[in-house]
Amino acid sequence: MHVIVVGLSHKTAPVEVREKLAVPESRLGEALGRLCSYSGVKEGVLLSTCNRVEVYSVVEDVEEGYARIQEFLADTHLSLSSEQLTPHLYWHTGDRAIAHLFRVAASLDSMIIGESQILGQLKNAFEVALAHKTTGVIMNKVVKKAISVAKRVRTETKISEMAVSVSYAAVELAKKIFSNLDEKTVLLVGAGEMAKLAARHLIAQGVHQVRITTRTPQHAIDLAEQFGGIPVPFDQFKDEMAAADIVLVSTGAAHYLIGAEDVQRAVDKRGNRPMFLIDISVPRNIDPAVRHVDNAFLFDIDDLKQRVEQNRAERLQEAEKAERMVVEEVGATLEWMKALEVTPTIVALRSRVDAIKQAEVEKVMSRLAHLSQQDRELVEGMASSIVNKLIHRTMVTLKAEVNSSNGPAFVEAARRFFHLDQSSTQNSDEEDPESRLRYLSPDPVESAHEEPEATVRKRAS
Amino acid sequence: MASVCFMITMALYFVATVSFLTHLLRRSDALSKVSLWVTAAGFVFHTIALVARMTTASSPATPSFYEALSFFSWMMILVFLVVEFRHRIHVLGSFMVPLALISLVSAAALPETVPTLKPVFKTLWVHVTLSMLGTVGFTVAFVAGVMYLIQDRLLKSKRFNVLYSKLPALDFLDHLNQQSIILGFPLLTLGIVTGAISAEFDRGSYVSWNPEQTGALITWLFYFFVLLGRLTVGWRAKRAAYLTVVGFACVILTLVGVVLKSHGALS
Repeated sequence: MHVIVVGLSHKTAPVEVREKLAVPESRLGEALGRLCSYSGVKEGVLLSTCNRVEVYSVVEDVEEGYARIQEFLADTHLSLSSEQLTPHLYWHTGDRAIAHLFRVAASLDSMIIGESQILGQLKNAFEVALAHKTTGVIMNKVVKKAISVAKRVRTETKISEMAVSVSYAAVELAKKIFSNLDEKTVLLVGAGEMAKLAARHLIAQGVHQVRITTRTPQHAIDLAEQFGGIPVPFDQFKDEMAAADIVLVSTGAAHYLIGAEDVQRAVDKRGNRPMFLIDISVPRNIDPAVRHVDNAFLFDIDDLKQRVEQNRAERLQEAEKAERMVVEEVGATLEWMKALEVTPTIVALRSRVDAIKQAEVEKVMSRLAHLSQQDRELVEGMASSIVNKLIHRTMVTLKAEVNSSNGPAFVEAARRFFHLDQSSTQNSDEEDPESRLRYLSPDPVESAHEEPEATVRKRAS
Repeated sequence: MASVCFMITMALYFVATVSFLTHLLRRSDALSKVSLWVTAAGFVFHTIALVARMTTASSPATPSFYEALSFFSWMMILVFLVVEFRHRIHVLGSFMVPLALISLVSAAALPETVPTLKPVFKTLWVHVTLSMLGTVGFTVAFVAGVMYLIQDRLLKSKRFNVLYSKLPALDFLDHLNQQSIILGFPLLTLGIVTGAISAEFDRGSYVSWNPEQTGALITWLFYFFVLLGRLTVGWRAKRAAYLTVVGFACVILTLVGVVLKSHGALS
């Protein structure tokens, strides 16, 4: 069983190709069904967003799987041939496929690093796959892990904290002046797109009131309705300024609408309560001399852009931390996958029961010292035969199900039933005395509650 | 036991100071947690030391200057921990803990036997405690004022550095400034009144215009006008921040006055 990914993203394909491949949510189920009807494709998740179309799959043979999935992708759109797709695709298997999924989930592969939409999109894709039963033990585990890695990255790094859009940078600055935006009033002067966007962000942050003024009175009334605000006549807005904590200006005027003395008057009227002015217009509408007014904080478009640039750089720094987390988590997941292979499981099972048998036989023999050699062999033979009969069906089933789609589930079950994750399966064929001892006296607390994944993680760290 | 605990306290506050100051320069917030725990540990030792000293002192009614300063430092940390717990402003520690350390170190630098006043009045602890609490309030106001001025400068000059990201919002700092003065002022007033009463019992006059009393009265008047100005003519934000920084200078001068008087009393 191999985990593979085949897909394309904003990094490898232009939008003309991406839009053709994109699968609308309503047809996701059907597409998944088609995907899993290809021979050799055991599990599949289809992630389709405006920036990427990717198929994560569990297949029997890697090369075969790559070919099938490329075929599947080419089939999604009539005008596309498999050859046309080739230059845009990437193919990964094993640790690289898992790492790719983790990076995508943690938004390290996004156009805007650290954006949070992708995680929701992945969750959605996973839910659809679950609903259509196209995932199994491996995909479930890997995707769930990807989601938890993304959450870990979000909480342990500052990757999504800093604003990376001009309009949001305005909100971020506002929060450094006002700790609580709830009771604040915003005055929106003019109706430039970016100012409107910033006003929307501020409303989303819960500002108390929005007052709107534009040169055309009707426009202000329309906007006020849209934002749930109050229209203000344009010739009166300077008197209104004292009531506004945040002034957003973006008009087409070619000169300064607001001078330093206007702001000074407003600040005085406010009893020196700080005021935050954002000038998103080009040419500027607020006289830069306002910066000399105490308790008034003016930022123009360049200041906001500078802030955005800084934040981008910071996000990249945080991304490095996140990459290290991804490497760590991929290691842990690979360990878990290795444990799902059948042969080491059978070996571990064998040595596990042998150890139990041996221990019990020795215990009994020490009390039956009077037995003859022949009787001893008889007792030991009986123990062996019970043990062998007990595990016989398990062994046979495991071997038979190796290549079925349920194979990993059987292995996982066997490992849990017989508690095979206590010692590493890799060295169980050369039985070290320690692991033997552990078989003899299993610690009841530890063995009863320890989930196999927890052990795997411990081993990895 | 008390002196061992004092040494441990001082060492812990020193470590916390270094770590809190380093935290200011680094983007990661991890250090602030460590610093906080070290400070809390120091606070526990500090408390033990103070209790041990109070129970073993020959006459508990006579706080030495050393004890008073140590108590001052203890209250600063207490106030910091309370504010930190309520508002999670880690950066406050970078300002408060160093001040507490300075206060504790200067306490240790003074001879332990310097008395503040002659043990004539049982309420001397009340006077010292109230004045100290008032002073702690003004110290917090000072720290909030300094942070306000830094953040104001950073915003005005558009320097969005690490300090900018760690300092809280301007209006929060202004609020903290106001609240600490509102709490500190009545406490200092009561401190001065009880001090005057104890002086009356001691020397027969309420006011003798020694450096301590002069300083205390100037400080009191100053903060009275700061509060009045804020409530009436809008002395808030940047002006309030400046004023509290100046006011803190008065506080320090008063403390120096107290030391001078104590030395005078000794000789």
